[in-house]
Amino acid sequence: MAAGAKRKSYDGVVACLPVTIPYRRYSTNSAQWWLGRALRELCKRAKLHAADIDGLAVSSFTLGPDTAVGLTQHFGVSPRWLDHIPFGGASGIVALRRAARAVQSGDAEIVACIAGDTNHVDSFRKTLSTFSRFAQDAVYPYGSGGANASFALITKNYMNLYGAKREDFAKICIAQRDNALSIPHAMMKKKLTLDDYMTARPIADPIHLFDCVMPCAGAEGLLVCREDAAKALRLPYARILSTIERHNAYPSDPIQVRGGWAVDISDLWSMAGIKPDAVDFVQTYDDYPVIVMMQFEDLGFCKKGEGPDFVRSHTFTNDGSFPNNTSGGQLSVGQAGAGGGLLGLVEAVRQLTQQPLGSAVPDARNGVVSGFGMINYDRGLASGAAILARA
Amino acid sequence: MTEPLVRPKRKNPLQRTRRPLSPQGIRSRTAHGLTAAAAEGRFALQVCEDCKTVIYPPRDCCPSCLSARLPFRDVSRGGALLAETTVHTSPEPYFRERMPWRVGTVKLDAGPVMVAHLHGDTREGDRVRLELKLDKSGSAVAIALPEQDTPNMADDPHLREMTCDPKFRRVLITDGRTPVGQAMAKAFADAGAAIVFVGVADAWKPFPGLDALRKIAPVEIVPLDVTDTESVTEQAEQNGARIDIVVNTAEHVRSGGIVDRHGLTVVREQIDVRYLGLVRLAQAFGPILRARGADGVNSAAAFVNLLSVHALMNWPAYGSYSAAEAACLSAAHCMRAELRPGGVKVMNVFFGPLETEWFQTVPPPKVAPAALARGVVRGLQQGVEDVFVGDIAEDIRARLAVNPKALEREMATS
Amino acid sequence: MSVDVLSFARAIANGQIRVIDLTQTLSQDFPTIVLAPELGQCAPFRIEEVSRYDERGPAWYWNNISLGEHTGTHFDAPIHWISGKDLPNNAVDTIDVRKFIAPAVVIDCSNECAADPDFALTIPFVEAWEARHGKIEPGHWVLLRTDWSKQSFADYANLRDDGAHTPGPEPAVVKWLVEQRDVHGFGTETIGTDFGQGHHFNPPFPAHFYMHGKGRFGLQCLTNLDLLPPKGAVIIAAPLKIKQGSGSPLRVLALVS
Repeated sequence: MAAGAKRKSYDGVVACLPVTIPYRRYSTNSAQWWLGRALRELCKRAKLHAADIDGLAVSSFTLGPDTAVGLTQHFGVSPRWLDHIPFGGASGIVALRRAARAVQSGDAEIVACIAGDTNHVDSFRKTLSTFSRFAQDAVYPYGSGGANASFALITKNYMNLYGAKREDFAKICIAQRDNALSIPHAMMKKKLTLDDYMTARPIADPIHLFDCVMPCAGAEGLLVCREDAAKALRLPYARILSTIERHNAYPSDPIQVRGGWAVDISDLWSMAGIKPDAVDFVQTYDDYPVIVMMQFEDLGFCKKGEGPDFVRSHTFTNDGSFPNNTSGGQLSVGQAGAGGGLLGLVEAVRQLTQQPLGSAVPDARNGVVSGFGMINYDRGLASGAAILARA
Repeated sequence: MTEPLVRPKRKNPLQRTRRPLSPQGIRSRTAHGLTAAAAEGRFALQVCEDCKTVIYPPRDCCPSCLSARLPFRDVSRGGALLAETTVHTSPEPYFRERMPWRVGTVKLDAGPVMVAHLHGDTREGDRVRLELKLDKSGSAVAIALPEQDTPNMADDPHLREMTCDPKFRRVLITDGRTPVGQAMAKAFADAGAAIVFVGVADAWKPFPGLDALRKIAPVEIVPLDVTDTESVTEQAEQNGARIDIVVNTAEHVRSGGIVDRHGLTVVREQIDVRYLGLVRLAQAFGPILRARGADGVNSAAAFVNLLSVHALMNWPAYGSYSAAEAACLSAAHCMRAELRPGGVKVMNVFFGPLETEWFQTVPPPKVAPAALARGVVRGLQQGVEDVFVGDIAEDIRARLAVNPKALEREMATS
Repeated sequence: MSVDVLSFARAIANGQIRVIDLTQTLSQDFPTIVLAPELGQCAPFRIEEVSRYDERGPAWYWNNISLGEHTGTHFDAPIHWISGKDLPNNAVDTIDVRKFIAPAVVIDCSNECAADPDFALTIPFVEAWEARHGKIEPGHWVLLRTDWSKQSFADYANLRDDGAHTPGPEPAVVKWLVEQRDVHGFGTETIGTDFGQGHHFNPPFPAHFYMHGKGRFGLQCLTNLDLLPPKGAVIIAAPLKIKQGSGSPLRVLALVS
């Protein structure tokens, strides 16, 4: 679907200063603590005072009863631009879009985008059981399997329709795990073999243990500002070529087989002015591997239904033909709640500014970052994507 | 194929009884429209008044035309099972101890997509039949059944968890003196109850039907007088731990109103037999029923109240009777909330005049005791909460829904 | 002749005068009179615990009870029957209290009743008793020993398709006892002073009709009459002082020297 009015380019707006607060499986600290660590790290590395940051975008599931407003007083900041973005795995892309336009229009100079969550021993159950009104009314009472059960149904249906096999999903997960072996804070530290994957215990058929992310506590952050501001702060940066965002796409699909990207995908490429084959890496939202396959299709790398063939004919490690989730993705490093929505963007900026935590994608000039999330009822509602480029 | 239930062995007296747990029962107010439908065994979803779209999950704004006029209406139960999964792990204790648990996505003929529990005889790709049932939390859930009945269908563990099927359960009929009590005993025996305890007060007073009662194989006659606290307590102490369903058949029917009645003795008896009798039964049997709500195949399942439909709207010709029944109805609502933590249902069965001696002068249609008993058994097999038996009961219910004030006037002249 | 009540009390304490309890225990399962269902019924005995050394009352145990004036072992006052409704001092609170202590004769028909639950007491039967034991003196209770109280509750009530079948007096003997022997009242072991099928007599329920019509009293649901001598027992039967009461449950004691 082509856009109506021509969308304004992101020239002169950049993303910089990728920050990760190392993940922990369980934490007795609050989300406010984790987000505070991220903000402090951003200030420290940028050599800024918190007062110099005049824009703040926050994403978190476990911040309650606070929202971003409460954090301003909690952190002692007085921003002139504030956004609370509760879109789960799409939060990062959406925060980037909001922050970029704020900076472009002069509503803010330097926006800190932070996302993170704590993980108490009962956070998982509590988050699941109160996730959304539709989940409360129409999903949780049915086995309380959480997103695992919802995505199992999506995965099963996708396998029935397009012939995807568990081995195909295994390939994605194994490659991502390889990419994570050099990441110090990754939750999953061992190599994953096909046998490990296939014989793992079932969670909700056909989803097994290694299809699932490990919930943990952690935080991610980065800054969005004008190019000249980044230069003045001596911060390496990545340029924003294009973005898209779409929510509740294809509501009449009985079971989700495509995400919102498919609606606006031509817009993403035409705004960026490059083609899919020019991309050096993708950071896909990987909760669960079936969504990775769907993103390969819906982001324009292959046609709908060709995902299994695409997987079989490419390799996804950082030295492979199609580097995917170059720091391992949530499947390997863990899902720090809403932090999972920013992790792809943070890793993309690291690769594009030659400061990866682990292995580098050789000569990374541009990359696609994709976000997805919010299983409100039976499908992920939120989606977004961005194409970033080296400075 | 559903494995037929096997009659459970005697309970090991040294083994701890499993405590009842509940799936999450919180629902939005609008979603309780499903609970209202499930309580009566209906399948109803919101249908937009303006554009006729059938809507699910329940909500407050039409996703087709943004209308807010979204009443619940009965819709077609048919659908296709698009995809299924068997959940193996859950952080929710209720499901965690009942794994594995099958759920699936159903595309309803009526339009929306529904996530539903799956009966064991459903297969991915098949056509299915949807029902709304009250789960152990007392809130409504959807379950997909095979399109046609299959053998031993009621024995499916998912389904049995949502019903109060008398099969292999032990039942107490609180008063076996009356035709209703005796019809009830027979109906439960026919429905596969393992034991049918039948309470009889004042054994020194003979009554017709005793011999026939004794001939029903699972029947055990026990002394029980709902007007005597000690009698009720003793019966609960002796047999409470092996009674899974209590059906309160104790009745007190007298014609006459309130202003034009001379004296209080009949009214006092009515309140004593009906309301205080119910309170005695609730206090004596309630706690043990609630504690045994998850106690295996023959877990405690239900407390059944037989209520005149005039509990809902007083019939002045039987005015003091109606008032006593209304007291019982309110008590039943309280009991429902108190027993829910044990997953024990309180089923209210409403009926108009019966074909029994105290309704002798009332013209037909009247409900035969056997018909009432069948209604009770069916209601338990379906796991519903509110049952209306017979034409008068259905009529009163329909009129109440439209204009209670008009019904109030009409009852005064009937 | 002067009478010393203290000696009397001493004689009771040391057993010289025996005290025999003629009272059934008030309990929920004791049968009550059953009337046609559309009529008002006598309340059965019921007991509700108020507290029992618990949170409802930490150091005490007590009950609330409910019962009718004619539940269990009880006293009938003349006001109980239509024939006695206008007599003076005819309610339990207005009867002269001296009348609560009176001698008794005990007429044994237990053998006859064992053979026939529809045994009816007649004038000839009483005259035959008088031939053996002497004339019934004025002011005596006439207690009918049937041993009916020794039976199971079902046989005690003995309800059949046409009502109760229990022993009791014919109309003629009641009239005769009142008019010819000036009796104090009539007492039975059965529920009610009247013959079980007494509704068929003329007048119906003659024990009530004639006794109360002449200001005499009734005692029913008595027990242990087999422990009493045919003559010589003194009965203490003091009903509760209920405002305009028609009767009351009470403790009936027999004193025998």
